[in-house]
Amino acid sequence: MDHGSSQDQLLSRHNLGWLLASLVMAVAPHVPRLPPWVSVLFAAIALWRLDIARRRRPLPGKGPLLLLTALTAGGIYMSYGTLFGRNAGVAMLTAMLVLKLMEARTLRDCMVVVFIAYFLVITNFLFSQSVPTALYLLAVVLAITAALIGLNHPRGALRWAVRLRLAAALLLQAVPAMVLLFVLFPRVPGPLWGLPRDAFGGRSGLSDTMSPGSISRLGLSDEVAFRVKFAGDVPRPSELYWRGPVLWDFNGRTWSAGKPVVAEGLGFTGFGAPLRYVVTLEPDDQRWLFAIDLPASTPPGASVTADYQLLAAQPVRQRLRYDVTSYPAYRTPLRLSASDRARALRLPRQGNPRALQLAARWRAQSRSDEEIVSKALAMFHDAPFFYTLNPPLLGANPVDGFLFGSRSGFCEHYAGSFAFLMRAAGIPARVVTGYQGGEINPLGGYLIVRQADAHAWVEVWLKGRGWVRVDPTAAVAPQRVESGIATALPASDIIPGLLSERTPWLRELRMSWDAVNNGWNQWILGYNQQRQLVLLSRLWQRPASWQELGLTLAAAMGALLLGLGGLTLWRTRVGRETGISAIYGKFCTKTARLGMKRRPSEGPADFARRIARRRPDLAEQAALISGLYIRLRYGQGAKKEEVQRLRQMVRGFPGRRV
Amino acid sequence: MGAPAALPLSMNPRSLLNLLIRNSAFRRRGPETGPVTLHRKRIFIVPTRHGLLFGLVLLLMLASSINYGLSLGFAMTFLLTGLGLVSILHTHRNLSGLTVRPGRTDPVFAGQRARFSVHLENRGRLDRLAIGLARADGEEAFCDVPAGCGAGLAVGVPAGRRGLLKAGRFSLFTRFPLGLFRAWSNLELDMSCLVYPRPEAGRVALPGLRAGQGQGAEHGAGSEDFSALRPYRHGDSPRHIAWKALAREHGVLTKQFSGAARGELWLDWDSLAGMETERRLSRLCRWVLEAHAAGASFGLRLPGRVVPPGHGEVQRRRCLEALALYGIGK
Repeated sequence: MDHGSSQDQLLSRHNLGWLLASLVMAVAPHVPRLPPWVSVLFAAIALWRLDIARRRRPLPGKGPLLLLTALTAGGIYMSYGTLFGRNAGVAMLTAMLVLKLMEARTLRDCMVVVFIAYFLVITNFLFSQSVPTALYLLAVVLAITAALIGLNHPRGALRWAVRLRLAAALLLQAVPAMVLLFVLFPRVPGPLWGLPRDAFGGRSGLSDTMSPGSISRLGLSDEVAFRVKFAGDVPRPSELYWRGPVLWDFNGRTWSAGKPVVAEGLGFTGFGAPLRYVVTLEPDDQRWLFAIDLPASTPPGASVTADYQLLAAQPVRQRLRYDVTSYPAYRTPLRLSASDRARALRLPRQGNPRALQLAARWRAQSRSDEEIVSKALAMFHDAPFFYTLNPPLLGANPVDGFLFGSRSGFCEHYAGSFAFLMRAAGIPARVVTGYQGGEINPLGGYLIVRQADAHAWVEVWLKGRGWVRVDPTAAVAPQRVESGIATALPASDIIPGLLSERTPWLRELRMSWDAVNNGWNQWILGYNQQRQLVLLSRLWQRPASWQELGLTLAAAMGALLLGLGGLTLWRTRVGRETGISAIYGKFCTKTARLGMKRRPSEGPADFARRIARRRPDLAEQAALISGLYIRLRYGQGAKKEEVQRLRQMVRGFPGRRV
Repeated sequence: MGAPAALPLSMNPRSLLNLLIRNSAFRRRGPETGPVTLHRKRIFIVPTRHGLLFGLVLLLMLASSINYGLSLGFAMTFLLTGLGLVSILHTHRNLSGLTVRPGRTDPVFAGQRARFSVHLENRGRLDRLAIGLARADGEEAFCDVPAGCGAGLAVGVPAGRRGLLKAGRFSLFTRFPLGLFRAWSNLELDMSCLVYPRPEAGRVALPGLRAGQGQGAEHGAGSEDFSALRPYRHGDSPRHIAWKALAREHGVLTKQFSGAARGELWLDWDSLAGMETERRLSRLCRWVLEAHAAGASFGLRLPGRVVPPGHGEVQRRRCLEALALYGIGK
């Protein structure tokens, strides 16, 4: 049964196939993110390597490989402008993985490839940590582990079912250790070194500017912006104005925030019962912490600006939980500084003449600011304005083009042109962006706010009332504020992600799935140093310290390994019935019952001859059993089927006197 | 295991260390006869080079997970850590409880490789895969031992000098399933291989026949009376190989001659006076092979040992054994 003389054996095609299949699985999720040429290179080299194995050709020499590696590194530098960072790093790893395979001659060379593959799996989490991603990558780890097991069997002759079963068993047994380490391993808050600039790229969300189309673009996304758990009942949808960037400056096309001014203290008076809730914000690489108009508390480490924006100290790059208290009914101070007033009235010197004319006419016809506001809202309500995600493009004078031309737009068109009209009429106004409404998940009892809920409204400063929120979109499409965006849009605009609003079972499914995701986010992805200490303090009924954490972890791991070790030792114990000797022993017991006891010094062959002399009728059976026993016991290797045959023959041997 | 039952209280640390070593896997036990079962105390386990590399990769993964705040990165790092830890148990278990017994070892000529074989028996319920046998010189052999079954393993050891070649220390080892750890058990089974002297090379003539017809090898040694062909055996003279048969692809056959069978040949130590001992033995060895190949009846006379004339396989073996062990106390 020799498998060969050395384990440093050449990689077989069988093993190579396994290895390549698992590598392809690990690289696959990266393919849309990689430059196409890297994926093509990967596929080409993999096929080349397979061809070499199939035709038993020698591998390319060091020189060509070195050249290929240098060219690849150069190409990646050309594509990304760097070799490090998230995206370039993944491209480098992918290329190195397959290039290393080109120089891997023996089974054990390939172990390094396997380790790189494990690392490549972990890089996928930089882009997504969702439940499906985790399940898929678990399957990838299983495949890689199966390939690794194959590499460690000489000749790589292990059947695929055996590999997979063994890999699954190993991973399953590793789960208790993983859970212990996950819960107890002291979490250090990152980053340990500077994060590359592209670490959190490509996330959508609100920004500090607004131009026509910037919010309707978000309207197409059903990505979750944040989830909210209220301490009491969920307020009415029309109260749910989630305040984000406040935009003061208009350049004729784009509204922008300018530099935020940090305020001391609250700066407004709240009425009625405050709302208390916890927001779990998805990372958007921005500083805004969204809260219901107007927030009365600042989460730790955050600050509040003079225009009531909550700002985190750093851009939010990890899912963040924070507690907030808000007063939906409030009154801001009745004084407006001269500089703020000037800023809230400033308009570009040129452009949009018709809108300016209209505002001047309203000013002339009205006695108060309130009347002008009503006139503007009445215009939006009465004139044929349409609420749509797909507004036509606007020309050089976007406000005029919208108000007197297309008359169809999304909330940024309404908010932007309304604020423009107010300023033109001499009323201080600013645009506020954020989210409006949200969807209650009955399963989890929390509110989901999606990017599609992004919204823009206006605040005007009225004498004797301070800053007052006015939502011109509500004048055009009141359902938008009352029951959400999906009901407010015309059917032709509905996007697939929101279609479920109109099919109840789909909506239910979506809600269950979101509840799973919420639990996942809260308990697995959101498990950080803070939650770890809170959880353990609650478990131990007293504050937990790092030292205790370490000791507990060490003790628990020790106990776990001892337990597993005991279990494996128990499983290696000698089987009572399986051994060849045991089967032969049974045969001897049977012959003893027939009056022929095997003498201790008697070999099986001699014993069989003695049986043949005493009981010629059993001679053949005894000879067959002894012959097979001798062959199995002292021959070169016994097959399972043969052992089974021996057992059957002994079973068939008569055991009683006749 | 024979560990001392009582420890003297006044034991100094050094002798305590010695005691521990004696009871550990490192312990030199001396050759063991009969079957050896590898139990827990005899099995030693350390990480392989790749195991250390794997540890380094895990550290890198941990650092990346901390840096990027990847919860699932932590989870995967810890899963792989668990995998590594579990593989220690699996690798250890793969060896634990196996029974090893010495196998048959065929004699070889000096300069060839002796093949020592052991027989493994797995009386447990789990298959043992990729079990290796190795000696210090590096040759490794692998086999699988399914549950309730046995398997054989053999490794070659260069046989330099004639005499009895002791098997020495082997290690039975495994890196299965992940190759991150290597478990092994040192074995010194009481096995030896008989090493015949190296047959002298070149043209060597058989000594003349005593008694009877006085027919010598120079006179043809019965070469004319070709009688039969038999399969080639190691040591047969190339002159007697049936080259025509080989060319016809009948395999390597040796011509046997009946002519020599008639005479009685004495292969005498004293007839080689003046030669150095090992060269004498080497020459005698060649003569034995030639005489056997020729089908002759021959006897061997060594100082203190006489093998009476005879012929056939048994006689050949008896003579070669006498030569192999000449001057070596058995």
